[in-house]
Amino acid sequence: MSLSPDMLELIPALPCDIEGPVFREPWEAQAFALAVDAHAKGLFTWTEWATALSAQIKAAQLAGDPDTGETYYSHWLATLEGLTVSKGAASLEHLKQVQSAWDRAARATPHGQPVLLDNDPLAS
Amino acid sequence: MRALETVLLAKGYVDPDALDLIVETYETKIGPRCGAQVVAKAWVDPAYRQRLLADGTAAVAELSFAGRQGEHLKVVENTDQLHNLVVCTLCSCYPWPVLGLPPVWYKSAAYRSKAVMDPRGVLADFGVTLPPEKTIRVWDSTAEIRYLVLPQRPAGTEGLSEARLAELVTRDSMIGTGLPLAAGASQ
Repeated sequence: MSLSPDMLELIPALPCDIEGPVFREPWEAQAFALAVDAHAKGLFTWTEWATALSAQIKAAQLAGDPDTGETYYSHWLATLEGLTVSKGAASLEHLKQVQSAWDRAARATPHGQPVLLDNDPLAS
Repeated sequence: MRALETVLLAKGYVDPDALDLIVETYETKIGPRCGAQVVAKAWVDPAYRQRLLADGTAAVAELSFAGRQGEHLKVVENTDQLHNLVVCTLCSCYPWPVLGLPPVWYKSAAYRSKAVMDPRGVLADFGVTLPPEKTIRVWDSTAEIRYLVLPQRPAGTEGLSEARLAELVTRDSMIGTGLPLAAGASQ
């Protein structure tokens, strides 16, 4: 299959790299590990994972994500959140409640102290 | 993400020790050097090369490289007539057990689309020019099948040890976006 030159110009240049570190930031490593472990413990099959991740990436592209590969682990995380809910491990509502608890805990924690969920002032 | 982790921990779908082990493994133990060992062994051991091409999953398991996602590994061999290029057009599936995690460009929309539409242009982006008569075959990875390119052994490497040969095998040469280093070079 070949493309006309003007079509090729629409494809952005490839971001190249050396054989560098696999995770750019610690949260990417954590997001990666969460999905791999949840799969190992049977939350979803890897085919289900790939299907969901593909759909997530496609949706992000349609929503204007430049999709240069640098947002990959954001899509990864959103996919895990979606599967956690669709597989019934937690409701979206519960997930949002826990997220709010973490946000409150972060605000209630003095600067320089580790943020713990126990620091949530509404925690019982 | 902390909320997700909290919920999955509470439900027993993840545990902290396993998470640490996964990160450590992919940061320090699994990477392109695993695949390079496989390629170098195939270059010096014809029987291993045959087993590798017949059943990649089993052959890399001989070297203790095994997948966690239950995927099948297919090894595709470059020849004088054929060059292989690997992509995952949908979500960046990649042969983790032998290459570690994919580089950023492998996950970009630019690579995912251009590899299929204009593989020769992709190779040019990576500084690789092949003879026009050489066929380029593009392999689209899936959750079930991952591909590893077995590059051609560089000329003039007849006397080199397997360990020295492995040093010539670059990550990109096993994806198909590069070629092995020339004899005498090092990474």
